[in-house]
Amino acid sequence: MYDGSKIIAGLIVFVGLFTFPFLYNMGKASAKPEPKIDTPVIQQLAEKKCVEPKSFMRAEHMKLLNEWRDSAIRKAKRVYVGAEGKEYTISLQNTCMKCHSNKKKFCDECHNYMAVKPYCWDCHLEPKEKKL
Amino acid sequence: MSINRREFLKIAGISLLGFGGASAVKKHLMGDNWVEASEVLRSPDALTAQQWAMVVDVRKITTMNDYKKIVEACHSIHNVPDFRNPKDEIKWIWKDTFEHTFPTSGHPYMEEGIEEKPFLLLCNHCENPPCVRVCPTKATFKSKDGITMVDFHRCIGCRFCMAACPYGARSFNWRDPRPFIKKTNPEFPTRTKGVVEKCNFCAERLAKGLEPACVEASNGAMVFGDLKDPDSEVRRILRTHYTIVRKPELGTRPSVYYVIGG
Repeated sequence: MYDGSKIIAGLIVFVGLFTFPFLYNMGKASAKPEPKIDTPVIQQLAEKKCVEPKSFMRAEHMKLLNEWRDSAIRKAKRVYVGAEGKEYTISLQNTCMKCHSNKKKFCDECHNYMAVKPYCWDCHLEPKEKKL
Repeated sequence: MSINRREFLKIAGISLLGFGGASAVKKHLMGDNWVEASEVLRSPDALTAQQWAMVVDVRKITTMNDYKKIVEACHSIHNVPDFRNPKDEIKWIWKDTFEHTFPTSGHPYMEEGIEEKPFLLLCNHCENPPCVRVCPTKATFKSKDGITMVDFHRCIGCRFCMAACPYGARSFNWRDPRPFIKKTNPEFPTRTKGVVEKCNFCAERLAKGLEPACVEASNGAMVFGDLKDPDSEVRRILRTHYTIVRKPELGTRPSVYYVIGG
């Protein structure tokens, strides 16, 4: 092999650089996100239920919110009938966040963990939270 | 075990079908259409119309305080910022002179005082809106109630609509408006840098069964109603008074009418 030493040295450097981020972060997994729903409004609810079942909201809330915004703004239909027949006003600020007034613990907890940056809050006002 | 080309292709094909089928079944079970299945309605309280329209009786708006009250009512609930700089100004409802409001209707011998008198201006919610035609993302559209709406979610800030609107009803957010909002209304969103905004005929209030904020604050000087309903208050005034609209020669068919004199 011509220039074997150089190639091998280069390979070692490459493997070192390539695996550095993985090795560096090994064993340092960030804490599992634990979104909280312990807001005063939710505590007072007799039945702690969102507009749709928890499993659905967990997986599909972003789709639901997209549907909501199109429905409210583009179709002027601002009442949502949930799976159980209960009616809700379609509004992020005035419905979702009235219960989930803890944006930091409810929204950001998972979004930060997943490194997703929804731009809802560029315009929509987040509820005022007490400094933790 | 050896495998020939023919067998390999067969297995590959069957596996591919299997994967495709599995994902289709999964999609069905997970309910991709789940959201669509649930229902969205209009609130029974909502005010509806075929074409919302407004009549501004300028005779009844006299003092500067009247103007201020009306503009303030709108701008405060819609989180309209005040940049204190006419170049960046955001306006939903504002005032201007006769010459600027009705540029082709004036003449040198008009009623005394009319030239100095300010007129209340807002989006005309035209029946034939040029802004809607030029919007490349359909962010601006004509709602079922005849409101020329802006869907801020879709606005890309190209400002074609601003060029198209002959009434200067649209403003662009050159800067982040949030620090310039005196007191934010937590019930309504703000805008962000890079979107165009304008009056929405208080679509969010109409949905709750309330008249637009400016109408409420105008003490009867502004009247709101369905242009296509012959029995509406707006139509009654249009029938009984001489009214003008801004730049009718452009064919945009404004829905904001002005009672000037008489």
